[in-house]
Amino acid sequence: MYRFLIRRILLMIPTLLGVAIVIFILMRMIPGDIVELRMAGEGGQVSQATIDQARHQLGLDRPLIAQFGTWIAGLAEFNLGKSMWTGRDVTYEISIRLPASLQIALMSTILATLLAIPLGTLAALRQDTWIDYVVRIFAIAGLATPSFWLGIMMLLSFLIFFHWTPPMSYSFPWEDPWANFSMMIWPALATGYRYSAVAMRMTRSSVLEVLREDYIRTARAKGLLEKIIINRHALTNAMLPVITVIGLEFAFLMGGLVVTEQVFNINGIGRLFVQAVGQKDYTMVQGLVLIVAFTFVFTNFVVDILYAWLDPRIKFS
Amino acid sequence: MKSRHGLFALWAVLLAAGMALIPLGSAQAQQRGGNFVYMIPASGAPSLDGHRETTYATVHATAPFYSLLIRLDPTDKDGKRIVGDLATSWDVSKDGKTYTFHLHHGVTFHDGTPLTSKDVVTNFEYIMNPPQGVLSPRKAYYLMVDSVSAPDKYTVVFKLKFPTAAFIPAVAMPFNYIYPGDKLKSDPHWFEQHVLGSGPFQFVEYEPGAKVVGKRYPKYYVKGRPYLDSIEGIYAAKQNVYVDAIRGGRAMSMFRGLPPKAVEELKKAMGDQIRVQESPWNCGLLWAVNVHKKPFDDVRVRRALNLAVDRWGGSRYLSQIAIVKTVAGIVFPTSDLAPSRAQLETLEGYWPDVKKSRAKARELLKEAGVPEGFTIEFNNRNTDQPYKVVGTWLIDQWRQVGLNVKQHVQPTAPFFAELRSNPQKFDLSMDFNCQSIVNPTVDVSQFISGDKTPNNHSRYIDRKLDDLYDAQLHEANHAKQKELLWEMQKRLIEQAWYPQTMWWHRIVVSNTKMHDWNITPSHYLNMQLDDVWLSQ
Repeated sequence: MYRFLIRRILLMIPTLLGVAIVIFILMRMIPGDIVELRMAGEGGQVSQATIDQARHQLGLDRPLIAQFGTWIAGLAEFNLGKSMWTGRDVTYEISIRLPASLQIALMSTILATLLAIPLGTLAALRQDTWIDYVVRIFAIAGLATPSFWLGIMMLLSFLIFFHWTPPMSYSFPWEDPWANFSMMIWPALATGYRYSAVAMRMTRSSVLEVLREDYIRTARAKGLLEKIIINRHALTNAMLPVITVIGLEFAFLMGGLVVTEQVFNINGIGRLFVQAVGQKDYTMVQGLVLIVAFTFVFTNFVVDILYAWLDPRIKFS
Repeated sequence: MKSRHGLFALWAVLLAAGMALIPLGSAQAQQRGGNFVYMIPASGAPSLDGHRETTYATVHATAPFYSLLIRLDPTDKDGKRIVGDLATSWDVSKDGKTYTFHLHHGVTFHDGTPLTSKDVVTNFEYIMNPPQGVLSPRKAYYLMVDSVSAPDKYTVVFKLKFPTAAFIPAVAMPFNYIYPGDKLKSDPHWFEQHVLGSGPFQFVEYEPGAKVVGKRYPKYYVKGRPYLDSIEGIYAAKQNVYVDAIRGGRAMSMFRGLPPKAVEELKKAMGDQIRVQESPWNCGLLWAVNVHKKPFDDVRVRRALNLAVDRWGGSRYLSQIAIVKTVAGIVFPTSDLAPSRAQLETLEGYWPDVKKSRAKARELLKEAGVPEGFTIEFNNRNTDQPYKVVGTWLIDQWRQVGLNVKQHVQPTAPFFAELRSNPQKFDLSMDFNCQSIVNPTVDVSQFISGDKTPNNHSRYIDRKLDDLYDAQLHEANHAKQKELLWEMQKRLIEQAWYPQTMWWHRIVVSNTKMHDWNITPSHYLNMQLDDVWLSQ
């Protein structure tokens, strides 16, 4: 098992290096110049000498290979560099936005799991009854409804009917639990609904598949109680693909709430991503892509471990 | 008789008391206290250093923490009257080449250290002649300054190379924060991430991309100010977020400006709970022409493009949906140096009779050999207000003289890359000129030859224009300066190098609980918030 874990951890390095090379090249293929954007983007009249000086300060006048070398050397020391836009450390810029994104991802995951597993299982157990139809409609509606649209509808409803909007700036749960909850619950609900719909459909189909397995028939033939068959034999095995879906969705939420974060004015990773791309902030985008890639790789790693824990037939080999 | 005298004495006493109470009463009208929350329509400030940045995202967040030497009078809606901030007054020598500023006594920075003329001198030295490694994007505005010195603790003297009306507006620019001089000398980059000023509010917290928080500075040198206990500026780049924040009562205002549709929405939802202020905006929208490419190297084609556009009609329609309104030339329309409407109407493209203009445009295109349906590539910015709205309107205007314009709407970075490309990659491109203090003598520098400024995106070479620009910059006589600017305007129209569409129109909406903030022609101005107060 240890060999498997070490091998998986070592495999992360070439994966992340590949991502680093691709994003470094891609960012430089997009036309535009961060210096001109920053200094003249609002109509300011700036001399060419000033623009050249700023470009030199950022190291943008150096050959690409030298820029890449510096960045990779920094990465080897876990230094993502400084944001070209703000001049602050990329790790600092990410760290101040991470709590909000992480909280939404966690709250959405909890909401989705609490909804998806019981409802998906219920739909499978009551296949082709009205319960199944209601759950399926609920799930399909969730899949068809973009999170940001649901968010906008929520905000408009609050405004029109209650003349209320959620708080505008983030407070940590331990500082002001109510302000935190009243700000974060809405984006969590908006994203959690779609998330739960994906997991719900996966739970339903997975439970249905497992219920048709030979070992379930054998368990029933042995005269085991239906409750034990469902809980111990069916659900445990049906959860494998559900966990994969939940894991991937969680990783996606860490950087993918681009529009939802803007709708709710959440100062999170997704919003930072859009800003950094728009501002041509190379170091920030590179850092963010690496962090998101790492989140995906790490989540997959955790999912693999969970697989083995849930299904003893799976060996780390 | 006695009683009449008594009554008169009583009336006189009451009148005197009443007179004495009038100013007291109006002073009491301003209520103290409260946390003032406002929206900053941006994703965050690149840095907190006013000297090096050019964006309102920095000014709106940091201006309340700083003092300037002089500033635009916060009560002047026209944006013309400049008053002292740290300076109590200033004198100008007879030859117009020496300006002596007298400073307030007893001003301290927020760390308690006294602010003296040495600090002011150091700041302007860094702005005008930044040392190696320090950026100062506006240093070209101070080319007329020969030296700045501090003969004593409370006096600052600027000596100019030549007298010019451009000097005072340049000193009053809202980016010219006065930092502690020693701190600036020891680490000029310190202010990019930190705040230490002498303004009405003391810095508390800045969370990048989220908010800035300040509290009243109790030792602020203007007695009784500021009125507010604290301020909180919240960043939100999306219009729906800041409009909803005002509507939901989370924020009192957003100082950049809203499009008419959003204003209508707020009026409808909030009724008499909001106050709307409007002003011409010191941002001009123009189009750049690739004058090195056929057929745009032909002045007849450029003139035809200019003649096709119905500015007066467009203003009526566009002002209902976009943040543009004022028809004017290269000089900001409320400036004393701007030409009158009657003068403008004598210029091609400003004729009131659009049918005549378009007939002339067609004639010129025919003469130049440009066929009906000729296709033009137009570079535009992927921002609704006002770029996409005005871009769509322009396409229709040019279609009406038989041109087929293809618009490439691009995100800001690629749009800029194309606009500032040299050699140019576009046929025509949307362009703009946004300034803070109204200072036409310097603001028109965008129109001098492309080899003299990187901000001329049409990249033409016109020495006649350059000479006119230099002449008006050095001209101290107001009437002559106005004449020279008019000559510049006429030359630009004759050659149709860089035509203006319309000037922006600023509309600021605020909650009626917010008082004593006046709109100005620029979103960079009047952001110190020392006069602002909240009613219950």
